[in-house]
Amino acid sequence: MDYSGYPVVAARHPWRWVGTAAVALGVLAVAWSLATNPRWEWGVVAQWFTAQSVINGLLETLKLTAISGLLGFVLGFILALMRLSASPLLVSASWTFSWIFRSTPLLVQMLLWYNLGYLYEKISLGIPFTDVRFFEVQTTTLISQFAAAVLGLTLNQAAYSAEIIRGGLLSVDQGQLEAAAALGIPAWRRSTRIVLPQAMRAILPTAFNEIIGLVKGTSIVYVLAYSELFYTVQVIYNRTQQVLPLLLVATLWYVVITSVLSVFQYYIERHYSKGAVRNLPLTPWQKARKFFATHAVANRTRSL
Amino acid sequence: MTVTAATATRGLVEITGVRKSFGAAEVLKGVSLTIEPGGVAVIVGPSGSGKSTLLRTINHLEKVDGGHISIDGTLVGYEVRGGRLHELREKDILKQRTEIGMVFQNFNLFPHLTALENVAEAPVVAQRPGKARPSKEEAKRRGLELLDRVGLKDRADAYPRQLSGGQQQRVAIARALALDPKILLFDEPTSALDPELVNEVLDVIRELATSGTTLIIVTHEMGFARDVADTVVFMDQGQIVEQGTPQEIFTNPQEPRTRSFFSKVLEPAFNI
Ligand SMILES: Nc1ncnc2c1ncn2[C@@H]1O[C@H](COP(=O)(O)OP(=O)(O)OP(=O)(O)O)[C@@H](O)[C@H]1O
Ligand SMILES: [Mg+2]
Repeated sequence: MDYSGYPVVAARHPWRWVGTAAVALGVLAVAWSLATNPRWEWGVVAQWFTAQSVINGLLETLKLTAISGLLGFVLGFILALMRLSASPLLVSASWTFSWIFRSTPLLVQMLLWYNLGYLYEKISLGIPFTDVRFFEVQTTTLISQFAAAVLGLTLNQAAYSAEIIRGGLLSVDQGQLEAAAALGIPAWRRSTRIVLPQAMRAILPTAFNEIIGLVKGTSIVYVLAYSELFYTVQVIYNRTQQVLPLLLVATLWYVVITSVLSVFQYYIERHYSKGAVRNLPLTPWQKARKFFATHAVANRTRSL
Repeated sequence: MTVTAATATRGLVEITGVRKSFGAAEVLKGVSLTIEPGGVAVIVGPSGSGKSTLLRTINHLEKVDGGHISIDGTLVGYEVRGGRLHELREKDILKQRTEIGMVFQNFNLFPHLTALENVAEAPVVAQRPGKARPSKEEAKRRGLELLDRVGLKDRADAYPRQLSGGQQQRVAIARALALDPKILLFDEPTSALDPELVNEVLDVIRELATSGTTLIIVTHEMGFARDVADTVVFMDQGQIVEQGTPQEIFTNPQEPRTRSFFSKVLEPAFNI
């Protein structure tokens, strides 16, 4: 039997279209209510959205997230390696670190760091149990608001990311380490070049959860009167009494940051899936192009 | 088989009275075996007899509890100083391992690296006794040569998951060869392969057998063992029961345990 002359008709998915229409309708209804209810005060939102003070607060939020996120994950990686090492000392040091920082409220940690000057007036570097001092400063000059914020967020983040990274490292097949050791690849290189890239697939989804949580979690530094996005907005609405629209300003910025991070997440995850999947999945961009290429001319036929 | 003068001093393996226990179970009960430079030893035996464990002690992936192993007269994993055996540090063990390549049953290729990257990774970062580390470009060039040697030059940029099992194992062999080892250890290199892929891997090993590198192969492919081995070693319950040329072991085994093992694994057509 020769089918070569037969046209091919693509499979139809009518329920997909019904579902799409239902979702679109819902989204439309919510958007309509947001746009038409005057109590949202969109005019005020627009006025404050790009105000200098709000943008400054936003930059502080981004700065805190970037610094404590990065430092937290680097420290977390080291803690994870310590925890997985053969040395009982390193294992228990790492375990104790996570135990302490996961069991104390972040708020308390933050206040403790900021008030370190009350507990210890001076910080010095010297030989323990002697009077030899190489270096000594007033604690209050060393621990600024910023330093207390970064210290608190970083150490707390490190404790959590250590566990995330450890979980990822454990998910990599033991044979990989063995093969690398058999090839004489040095230990640090084994961790960073062989195991970590493979662990990334398990680490990334949770890690991005953490980072996105951290973006909003930075707002906890209000206890230090640190003017990041949320604190700035609070200061403004306490003055102007426009509570709802200003909360909306902050929310919209958080939505923007989270969206951008989600895009990053998608591409970074895709990067690390190299070799783990036979062929890389299409990017949304490529998918859209393919969709229009096939659906725009849905009835187009091609021969086998 | 001819052993050329250049290779005659490379790859003498001496295993002396090696013991190894896991918990209460003694898995190696005093194994002694000498393999001449450039020799090909094939280890056979029932499952659980300690073949893999013995292989893994040779490159110190498994620490021995007693006895010792030396390569060209140098102890593996230890150093003699002042009449004592000092355990080597990790760095020095890694250095020793570069002279002992290992090919695993399930390949253990690095899945996130291409075939060529798999082959070129170790030479650039591993410290080898008496050899300088090549540049990245040099390692790549040499990697391509090795992939060519195992017939996979055109798949250099493929990731392991895009390769068939046989091709993956050939890449793994090229990866082990990249460090110019004196000795190559194979732990059931074809056991994870479909029957039609077994030969492409065995052919590569056959070619290696004539290259002057010492080969120690654990396998269940008896036909291949007879072809390629200088020495066949039969192990059972953590001991070497019998060893000899393929002729001696396959056609005229002396020990009853050897005889009963071969009567089970050799198909009648082979056992003429
Ligand atoms: N890490 C370990 N811990 C405990 N027991 C082990 C360990 N590794 C191996 N054994 C035991 O040691 C014995 C020998 O194992 P080995 O893997 O050397 O056998 P083998 O001859 O290679 O078998 P096979 O042909 O099935 O691969 C087995 O009884 C096994 O259960
Ligand atoms: Mg085995």
